[in-house]
Amino acid sequence: MVRFLIRRVLTGALVLLLVTMVVFVIFYVGPGPKAVAHVLAGKQASPSEIAAEAKRLHLNLPLWHQYWIFLVNILHGNLGYDYYHGESVVSIIGQAFPITLSLALGAAVLWLTIGVLTGVVSAVRSRSVADRVLTVAALVFYSMPTFVLGLLMLLVFYYVLTTHGLAFFPPGGYTPIGTSPWLWFKGLILPWITLALVSAAPYTRLTRGALLDVLGEDYIRTARAKGLAERRVTYRHGLRAALTPVASQFGIDVGVLLGGAVITETVFSMPGLGYTAVQAIQTQDLPVIIGIVLIAATAVVVANLLVDIVYALLDPRVRLH
Amino acid sequence: MSNLPPQEVMSPTAPAVPAEDDLVPEAARVIEGRSPWRLAYERLHRDRAAMIALGVILVIVVVAIAAPVFSLVTGHGPDQQFRTTGLHSDGLPYAPNARFLLGTDDQGRDILVRIAYGARISLLVGVVATLLEVAIGTILGLAAGYFGGAVDTLIARLIDIVLSIPFLLFAISLVSISHPSLKIVIIVIAVFGWAAVARIVRGQVFSIREKEYIEAARSLGASPWRIMFIDILPNVVAPITVYITLLIPVTIVAEASLSYLGVGVPPPTPDWGQMIAEAQNIYQQAWWFLVFPSLALLITTVAFNILGDGVRDALDPRTQQLFK
Repeated sequence: MVRFLIRRVLTGALVLLLVTMVVFVIFYVGPGPKAVAHVLAGKQASPSEIAAEAKRLHLNLPLWHQYWIFLVNILHGNLGYDYYHGESVVSIIGQAFPITLSLALGAAVLWLTIGVLTGVVSAVRSRSVADRVLTVAALVFYSMPTFVLGLLMLLVFYYVLTTHGLAFFPPGGYTPIGTSPWLWFKGLILPWITLALVSAAPYTRLTRGALLDVLGEDYIRTARAKGLAERRVTYRHGLRAALTPVASQFGIDVGVLLGGAVITETVFSMPGLGYTAVQAIQTQDLPVIIGIVLIAATAVVVANLLVDIVYALLDPRVRLH
Repeated sequence: MSNLPPQEVMSPTAPAVPAEDDLVPEAARVIEGRSPWRLAYERLHRDRAAMIALGVILVIVVVAIAAPVFSLVTGHGPDQQFRTTGLHSDGLPYAPNARFLLGTDDQGRDILVRIAYGARISLLVGVVATLLEVAIGTILGLAAGYFGGAVDTLIARLIDIVLSIPFLLFAISLVSISHPSLKIVIIVIAVFGWAAVARIVRGQVFSIREKEYIEAARSLGASPWRIMFIDILPNVVAPITVYITLLIPVTIVAEASLSYLGVGVPPPTPDWGQMIAEAQNIYQQAWWFLVFPSLALLITTVAFNILGDGVRDALDPRTQQLFK
């Protein structure tokens, strides 16, 4: 188990290293370094002023040297400073992360609940009208691009309601929970529902499929034969076993989301990690881009690792591979 | 080895022979063997939802091809701005009316005509990028699964990296350092999309390469290329086919998302994601500008997903028993 863990952690670190290298190379191949120095030096800057700006930000150094500086900084817990305002990347991420976290966790709880509940209904009442309706709904929401659902939500729940005298939902934006828990909650309802609905469908299917498989097992028949109530058989014996694949999918999805929900944050103008990263890409602000990409990739790697550990604990066969 | 997984039982060892009755000798026709593909096709044909979805997709394809006809009939070019007839005096677009059936956008352009032209981009990127990622994924998956060892380690790590990269962020970065174009969008989507295909193919190949007939081929002196592409590939065609149909809607959404974020096909080329992004700014004054392109996108992805489900059920009878 220890060897399994060590190998997985090392692999994860290698993946992160390679991901950051890719970010550096992309920045370098593109117009990034020149463009940043140009913008900073101003429109009428002389070549020497531009060169001075480039030097200040180490943009004149060769690729490997910049990458080395970045690595040394990271080992000191420093992600660098943004090119334009000199703000520390750690503090930029510190501001954006709570927003992404609020969005991701609330949505995750919601979609897990929706997905598992509808999946159970579909499996237990297989081939019923409810099953068919849920299957169709899952398919439609699964096919729906996030920004389409988000904007339609805004159209109906913000605009139509507001013009009909029911101004409840804000048109977007984010209120920190410290400022007003109620406004925080109110502002997150539509983003939560949007993200939850587009993400729930795979869970409905996963739960339904796994539960149908499990309910066909011998031990379920045994449980029924010894006279347990159907409800107890379904939930205590069936669902518990069926939830393993659901749990692993959940871990990975939450990991992906913690790196920023680019589209949802853009639709609802919430300055979370995804939104901040998109802004940084538009200004070629490498330290910010790489900081957020690093956080996002770490979240994915850690989530995968956690899922594998949980799996290995549950199923000894995995450890051998 | 006797209880093969269903997909391998299903998979044809030879591609389906087109039914050219005249070429088949009389004796062979008496006992007409139905190939696995033929059986799958017949199952798909009985799936009413999938057939309707296929019909919808054909309509969308026709609309895309016939986009100039929409232009011709309405007399409105896709990029033509009708500043007097298409915009109110205060600059706001017109709601759907007799002249502009689906209304006009913020620049006085005909939304119906632009949606018809936008179908071209969505379908083109959806199909081409999907085929590209399936081609890359299949080749790398075959190589990893067949050669194993160092080749497999390298490709498997590559798959891990690509799958842990936040797609949208990297896609935006890549597009932002080059000039956005149709070609770049397709390449970027394919660069990130192949890994999932490669992982599936790799897993399938792992189980197939231990089979006796592969050993037989090897002992007869077949080259690795021959074994990979002639002996193994036909056995993974069924899962790949399923994957292609399910990947197309994902790719269409990816393209629309890039356009929505402003890094897709550059304007003024009509594109659904871009229209929705533009509509975002004035949806309070012009709901039709947001709703119609959204519906076009949604109908397309739903149709492809239903068809994809149907193809999967048809090619893998086990899930069909489970789900129908």
